[in-house]
Amino acid sequence: MSMPAERVADTAEAEGEEVRVPGRWSGVLYEVLRTPRVLFGAALLLALVIAAWVGPLLSPWDFAETDIIARREPPSAEHWFGTDSIGRDTFTQTMVGLQKSIIIGLLAAILTTAIAAVVGAFAGYFLGATDRVLMWITDLALVLPNFLILAILYPALRGKGWLVFVILLAALAWMVTAKMVRGMTISLKEREYVLAARYMGVSHHRIIFRHILPNMSSLLIVDATINVSAAIIAETSLSYFGFGVQPPDVSLGSLIADGSTQSLAFPWTFWFCTGLLVVLVMAVNLIGDGLRDALDPQSKRRS
Amino acid sequence: MTGTTTETGATTDTRLEPATPVLEITDLKVVFPGSGRNPDITAVRGVSYRVHRGEVLGIVGESGSGKSVSSLAAMGLLPEYAKVSGSIRLHGEELLGLNDRAMSAKRGSAISMVFQDPLSGLTPVYTVGDQIAEAVRVHNPRISKAQAANRAVELLDLVGIPDPRQRYRAFPHEFSGGMRQRVMIAIAIANDPDVIICDEPTTALDVTIQAQILDVLKTARQETGAAIVMITHDLGVVAGFVDRVQVMYAGRLVEAGGVDDVYYRTRMPYTMGLLGSVPRLDEEEETALIPIRGTPPSLDALPPGCPFAPRCPLAVAACSESEPGLDPVGAEGHSAACIRSGEIEENAWTARDVYPVPKIPAERTAQGPREDRETVLAVEGLVKYHPLMKGAVFKRRVGTVYAVDGITFDIREGETLGLVGESGCGKSTTLMEILSLRAPQSGRVVVFGKEAGAVTAKERFKIRRDVQVVFQDPMSSLDPRMSVFEIIAEPLRTHGHPKALLRTRVNELLSLVGLEPAHAARYPQEFSGGQRQRIGIARALALEPRLLVLDEPVSALDVSIQAGVINLLDELKARLGLSYLFVAHDLSVVRHIADRVAVMYLGRIVEIGDVESIYQRPAHPYTQALLSAIPVPDPEKERARSHIVLRGDLPNPAAPPSGCGFRTRCQKFAVLDEAERTLCRDAHPELWSIGAGPADQAAACHYAQEREPW
Amino acid sequence: MGKFLVRRFISYLVLIFLASSFAYLLAAATLSPRTNFDQLQPRPSQEAIEKELDKLNLNDNTPIAQRYGTWVRDLVLHGDFGQTIDDQSVNEAVARKAGVTLRLIIVGTGLGCSVGVAIGAYSAVKQYRGFDKAATAAAFFVLAVPTVVIAVSMREAARWFNDVTGVRFFEYGGEYTAGLDAGFWGTLADRLQHGILPTLTLALALFAAFSRYQRNMMLDVLGSDFVRTAMAKGLTRRAALLKHALRTALIPTITYFTFTFGILLAGTTFTEKIYGWHGMGAWVVDSITQNDVNAVAAVTFFMAVCVMAASFLSDILYAWLDPRVRVS
Repeated sequence: MSMPAERVADTAEAEGEEVRVPGRWSGVLYEVLRTPRVLFGAALLLALVIAAWVGPLLSPWDFAETDIIARREPPSAEHWFGTDSIGRDTFTQTMVGLQKSIIIGLLAAILTTAIAAVVGAFAGYFLGATDRVLMWITDLALVLPNFLILAILYPALRGKGWLVFVILLAALAWMVTAKMVRGMTISLKEREYVLAARYMGVSHHRIIFRHILPNMSSLLIVDATINVSAAIIAETSLSYFGFGVQPPDVSLGSLIADGSTQSLAFPWTFWFCTGLLVVLVMAVNLIGDGLRDALDPQSKRRS
Repeated sequence: MTGTTTETGATTDTRLEPATPVLEITDLKVVFPGSGRNPDITAVRGVSYRVHRGEVLGIVGESGSGKSVSSLAAMGLLPEYAKVSGSIRLHGEELLGLNDRAMSAKRGSAISMVFQDPLSGLTPVYTVGDQIAEAVRVHNPRISKAQAANRAVELLDLVGIPDPRQRYRAFPHEFSGGMRQRVMIAIAIANDPDVIICDEPTTALDVTIQAQILDVLKTARQETGAAIVMITHDLGVVAGFVDRVQVMYAGRLVEAGGVDDVYYRTRMPYTMGLLGSVPRLDEEEETALIPIRGTPPSLDALPPGCPFAPRCPLAVAACSESEPGLDPVGAEGHSAACIRSGEIEENAWTARDVYPVPKIPAERTAQGPREDRETVLAVEGLVKYHPLMKGAVFKRRVGTVYAVDGITFDIREGETLGLVGESGCGKSTTLMEILSLRAPQSGRVVVFGKEAGAVTAKERFKIRRDVQVVFQDPMSSLDPRMSVFEIIAEPLRTHGHPKALLRTRVNELLSLVGLEPAHAARYPQEFSGGQRQRIGIARALALEPRLLVLDEPVSALDVSIQAGVINLLDELKARLGLSYLFVAHDLSVVRHIADRVAVMYLGRIVEIGDVESIYQRPAHPYTQALLSAIPVPDPEKERARSHIVLRGDLPNPAAPPSGCGFRTRCQKFAVLDEAERTLCRDAHPELWSIGAGPADQAAACHYAQEREPW
Repeated sequence: MGKFLVRRFISYLVLIFLASSFAYLLAAATLSPRTNFDQLQPRPSQEAIEKELDKLNLNDNTPIAQRYGTWVRDLVLHGDFGQTIDDQSVNEAVARKAGVTLRLIIVGTGLGCSVGVAIGAYSAVKQYRGFDKAATAAAFFVLAVPTVVIAVSMREAARWFNDVTGVRFFEYGGEYTAGLDAGFWGTLADRLQHGILPTLTLALALFAAFSRYQRNMMLDVLGSDFVRTAMAKGLTRRAALLKHALRTALIPTITYFTFTFGILLAGTTFTEKIYGWHGMGAWVVDSITQNDVNAVAAVTFFMAVCVMAASFLSDILYAWLDPRVRVS
């Protein structure tokens, strides 16, 4: 795993930026690649992403187009997944919904983890008053029934689009991760390399972003993955009651909500989107669980 | 376990060997199959030994030599995926291949084990008494609970736990490390085993506690008549304790024999190196330690030939052809695995003849008498109390820990002060207080003439250049996510070193500490412990500090590696004119490196002075006990020595005894009469000058009296 | 200890009050109860609407601070959450609905957690064997299905089962058959028929989460020194795992319980809504769609009390299981 010496010069020129010499990560990458769960999950996810973006292009029907003569038709050569009550092509609808669900999940997860990392790291590093205030806010947010808050707020922000929805999802989901990050920060800040940095005069903020957060990157990555599936599921649940993505946007959640009322009579309107959702969440969960084993040295069960 | 003097000495009573050994291991091999890219690891490669009843066998080796794995194999405690072959016989009965149920009937009754880390060895949620009683009942299901509990109380008493009946109900976290190790021994002897395997039983403990535990083990042996297999890395511990000793290297035995043969008539260069690299407490003459170059080979891909050949100063071409067998040399029962053992015997070579002795760095105290030199660091009446919190759920303050209770010392230019004491004495807190450069709760810290509490943030930042630190644990003192270059460059960047010169400076530092510039691109995990500690030293030296604070810098390293780091520190000090504040619990290391020593107990300095005086004529009873408790790697000396074994544990630092903090454990206090004791109880002794004239030695004891420790 | 409990209680009360206030203010600012009256057929007179809104303390012409003041005064002085939008007492509704939800939560949690912990612990012992793989696969599948989908699918499956067998074995509308008079056993059977699906829905998700968590915790302690000590004493691996490892590995699971409790509460919303139970969970959705500000605040209050109770309970359990945190 040795690196050519020129690399050192590059690193030096790049000035304090986090230039990651791939030496360390190549090992991690290897570890990740031989975890079958991660590979399987990643392959599933990739297939879903391709389907979501390429599918609508292949389908003969447009997203908003309605086939007036074919309402509630079962799957056929013309309508691969059948049609819904007003004659829209279920395949195209589902694929567009899948796109939205994937985007919402990813963005919300990244945002959630970022908020959690900052709040948790500052609380755990500074302790004292900072910690009390931040943790008090965290506790308050934990006590608030976040489903209810989302449901109240959403109609008021309805016109603002689904990005607002993403922000709301993140704003109500960061607390548990923040507590975990705080706990880890408290133990990391006693590590001797953090003390060493402090005693050489490195500023607190720099220590947090340079030493503490990078050293829990495995926790953060794993947690972000889990948050992706949590966000997707939360979106589905909210959409079921009409508090989520609003027409004309569709997501898997809103499709499931539409289809669930008639799942026995017209199963294609329910089962295709539900099946895709389950596969999507499972793929993400598999990646997250596999990454935990690959990245977290403590979870190595052997040797 | 009273504060009196007890005799040490390996009892060599049963020399006539009964027919079947209690435990006989033949050609044991243990392989941990690798997964994926990781190759198989052969941790033990053909180890054979036998022990008879009442015999004590020592197994010595550095970390990774396979000494623990072989004993876990004997207990049937290796993970399921380990492949074990060879033969393990207990009273002639083959154990290898027994299923878990049959094996569990042997474990704890015929063969038992004491592990290294007593802190994590007991289940946190059960009382210690119940855990001992469980050991009794699991092999005697007919015994009633009450009887088992009574037996547990007896055992607690036997291993020297005061108030055993009450302490039965204590949980492990309420016990100190030493007491927990006593409980572990009680569990091991609960069913009168025939052989007790002790895996580094004292490594995690302080020296005075180590002396107690070794005493308990001796008691246990007398009580049960069991054979003891003592596994350790400490050549001192085995010297006075065992009958026979075996040295392991890279999964094999490389030398075996009677303890005197192995120590005095060493026939294997590795054993010589081990003995030569230990800093000695008992030798006045100060010479450089003899490090063994290189590091132990990795056990996944051993080259053909002698595994020690790459590090061996005597290696010849033939050494790398085939691995030498363990062949008899010299006295009966003595054998060594070296093709040149005959030559060694003929020439009577010792470590100093075989290994290149490093050059002793130039005389350090060249700058004139102490008083004339500049004061680098002055600590006056430093105090640090912190609240004692209890409970994770219902947190509350239950008292105050007097971590540092008014200590005063100074360090002059080019001087090394060793701050020694056992864990919990406040030496690390002292260090952190100094390094924080903030105003202490009380007292003053003056660095280079500037009072740390009274400077501006900018000045403090400037002082940091001159005061740098090296930490104990080379695993955790380097950020695993940064390359070596980044690690060493961090202080330079922080203090605005010109960017263009960064690389040159880092390379310079790397070669200063004996590493290659090419190492800069690697990550800490790729280095061995000794190399990492060198990286830590390079980082500390980056800003050309004048005072280096070292927090147990070698205690996590194996002896052969430790010697190299100590030599490096010695050399750097001479070359760069540094001053060291060297915190350590190992008095031998301190003796080797320090000019002056301060001994701490319960947050106070009990004795301070120059190395010569303190080690030759310690005046405080605690210093005397500390020095006496350290075993030396010299079997004859060790057998002839009498150890002062202190009683009990360190008092609760939240409720220190009145008057003199040491009186509860003091061996001197024990022999004073009532009238004399009153003073100890009522008055806290201050440091006062001992010895004639201007001698640099002061002790805080009302009845301080110099005493020869040897 | 007593002083501690009191301090903790006060901080709980403050948090609960703030959470309820926050929900009240949010609801009062965004929901518009006026539309409920505007849309009535026939539409009442403007005067009547204003009068009704004023009476319910829901008039958006009154400054929000004043409405909040009235709400706080009633709550603090009389313990009164006000009236619902249908002019019913919120307190009475809470009393009625809380029981429904608590029954569901307690049975569901008990079932889900205990089965999950047992299966997780056993999987860890049998790591990489058939049982572990099957349990892991099942848990992964269940975790990937949103509660909504579980509830809907189980309802549909039950409907199909009833249709096929021709027996109304499963009930999926309401908590019990209204007006049923079948004696104790009949009533119990009726309750079970109604309760089995919602309880299972709730328990399934918990089972999946807890079995994964317990498995990981168990694996963490499997290699620990004290398990080795227990085996060195002469315990078989199995006995050492059950008596020493499981007991210790339960401790972090208690904390995990607190973390999952919020998600569990959200789960009751879907379960109750889909199975037509009139509990607090269903009220979350109903109160919002009906612009019922006082009900929203009351629901929040209930949820906050539940979360605090769960966290308190887990603290107590923690102290009971782990001697290290007890104050002597």
